[in-house]
Amino acid sequence: MAVQKKKSLVGFAIVLPSIVLAAVFIYYFIFWTLKVSFSNWDSFSALMKGEYTFVGFSNYIKLFSDWRFQKDLWNTLFFTLFFILGCISLGILLASLIDKGLKGSKIFQNIYLFPMALSFVVTGTVWRWIFAPGTVRDPAGINLLMSKIGLGALQWGWFTSKDSLGNFNFALIPVIIAAVWQMSGYVMAMYLAGLRGISEDIIEAARVDGATSNRIFWKIKMPLLQPITLSAMIILGHVSLKIFDLIYSMTGSGINNVTDMPSIYMYELTFRSNRYASGSAVSIIMLIMVAVIIVPYLYSSFRKGHDI
Amino acid sequence: MKKYLWLIIIVLAVVVGLVIWKVSSGSAKSELEIFSWWTGGGEEEGLKALFTKFNEKYPKVDIINAAVAGGAGTNAKAVLKTRMLGGNPPDSFQVHAGMELTDSHVKADAMEPLTQKLKDWGVYDKFPAGVLDICSYNGEVYSIPVNVHRGNVVFYNKEVASELGIVSAPASFEEFLGMLKLASEKGYAALAIGDMNKWEAAHLFENIMIAKFGPENYNKLFKNEVSFADPAMAESFNALGMLIDYFNTDHSALTWQDAVKMVQEKKAFATVMGDWAEGYLKTLGMNPNEGFGWFAVPGTENAFTLISDTFGLPKKAKNRENALKWLEFISSVEAQDIFNPIKGSIPARTDADKSKYDTYLQWSMNDFSALGICPSIAHGSAAPEAFSTKLQDIVNKFIAERNTENAVNEMIALAKETGYKAD
Repeated sequence: MAVQKKKSLVGFAIVLPSIVLAAVFIYYFIFWTLKVSFSNWDSFSALMKGEYTFVGFSNYIKLFSDWRFQKDLWNTLFFTLFFILGCISLGILLASLIDKGLKGSKIFQNIYLFPMALSFVVTGTVWRWIFAPGTVRDPAGINLLMSKIGLGALQWGWFTSKDSLGNFNFALIPVIIAAVWQMSGYVMAMYLAGLRGISEDIIEAARVDGATSNRIFWKIKMPLLQPITLSAMIILGHVSLKIFDLIYSMTGSGINNVTDMPSIYMYELTFRSNRYASGSAVSIIMLIMVAVIIVPYLYSSFRKGHDI
Repeated sequence: MKKYLWLIIIVLAVVVGLVIWKVSSGSAKSELEIFSWWTGGGEEEGLKALFTKFNEKYPKVDIINAAVAGGAGTNAKAVLKTRMLGGNPPDSFQVHAGMELTDSHVKADAMEPLTQKLKDWGVYDKFPAGVLDICSYNGEVYSIPVNVHRGNVVFYNKEVASELGIVSAPASFEEFLGMLKLASEKGYAALAIGDMNKWEAAHLFENIMIAKFGPENYNKLFKNEVSFADPAMAESFNALGMLIDYFNTDHSALTWQDAVKMVQEKKAFATVMGDWAEGYLKTLGMNPNEGFGWFAVPGTENAFTLISDTFGLPKKAKNRENALKWLEFISSVEAQDIFNPIKGSIPARTDADKSKYDTYLQWSMNDFSALGICPSIAHGSAAPEAFSTKLQDIVNKFIAERNTENAVNEMIALAKETGYKAD
């Protein structure tokens, strides 16, 4: 018993530094951001003087009545929705194709996974070159390709387009394509692991019972892959809610903020406008959005007592 | 296990020893830490040339070049603010003249006034009064300008101009519009703009504001003597609206460099940019008055939109004496004539040696000493940074929606929020 106690003390001593670091650099800073978001520190001189005045929710109220922030929220919603849908459907498709074990599928598996190795900044810059529209007289990127192969009529402004359907700005489409291109390989890898984990016996049994392969996919494989779908949605969801680097290097806020995101607004408020209180408020709202996705997941996996 | 422990102890001992050595040797020498975001091209070379000359005069001073790259100064400004907050400022730092310094650091009581020093050094009257006025707060000068860029310049391709039959600068805004119309009828992108980073459009707009308000009233906007609700505000937006028709359609995918390049490649007739574009055109292989020509933005011929880099003295500077030596040095004609020809800007002093500058810069120097000086909003001189960022948003939205009434209302709301006159 004494040995056991000593062992656990040593163990505690070893993790203590990381507990302290996490407490200070994560949780204390979250608390500090929350505190700043309730303050009047909307200029550098106010911050420098250090006089803290509590202003309640007024920074948040101002934000929600700000047309740019409203637009950001819509953009985040649509971006997240289409990004997750795109990644998951493409991921499943690629995974089932590779799972068939055709010749050369190993090579394709690696090719699909490669974009994951790039940073979003690289992806953003490259896709900016691809989707930069050029002018009608002098098209560039994809528009140039279209005019060369006789599809000139399909030329479009891409991320410079001001068109929208309701609150969905079409300029987001190229950004979603770039993001899906980057992340779908990762989702494919997750599904592939899941598919390989499904026991052959079940599939065999279903086949003996006369189920079509279509039916096997939807009624057997998909339900068994549900935990993977959930994990993928959570990982993709928190990537897309916090997305900054891809947008910043690819399109910026765009004309009339068509591709603006809360993170970019937060950056501009804090580091370009010195409006620290408003910037902190945006950060807190982003934190809450991510928490809405992650907390129920953590809760359910804790309760089940096993992790996915 | 014991072996590793010894290894760790030795490594720790070496690290601690190094730190102590560094700290003790640091305090023995005489240092000067200069903070800037000059890390590339002619800017860095100019700064290094200044350091070399400074060391010739004061060989015992060790200069630490604390330059922070990236984001056109945004990163550097954030680092600077962190250091100011932590009570560990550099001895002197680069900052745009005007509100960028005043609103952040002077109002926070972190800067030393320099008026008396300038008078002691005998250089106070060598700078145009309009420039020192921009660098001042409550009657005291807080920073010393090193270089000056002009913001209200139209650069155009001379070959395109002669093809269109344009021989002289337009006498009015309407005539300028006529030229743009001609250019777009010939299939050119008439006015090349690259406003992906948003400030470029605000840069164009502030020059239109100077044209419509007039230089004097424009300056009075920021002294609470003229209202932002003045009819000239709506006229400015209407004028911008007329220009939008002549923008290249992909303007929101480009940067200012791309726009300048369109002029160089004969894809566009002209662009409105500060005169760092002149330096860029020269690196692209064009010569002033041969490949490209220029004129002041129509309506602002009697104004000089100022973008100026200055250096100030933080109150908590660790090497105050050396910082003062540096400030005295950079305010001299000698230093200004070393730095500016390399960077491609003009000196802030009016008594510099004109023969060291190219034909464009000489034109700019003549105007600088003769015309009314207007601080730039987009570059942080006229108004606080929060104002400038919001203005970029308003202009960005206007370019998409072209709703003058909305834009004017938003400008009025912004002015009220910032404490400017708006009724």
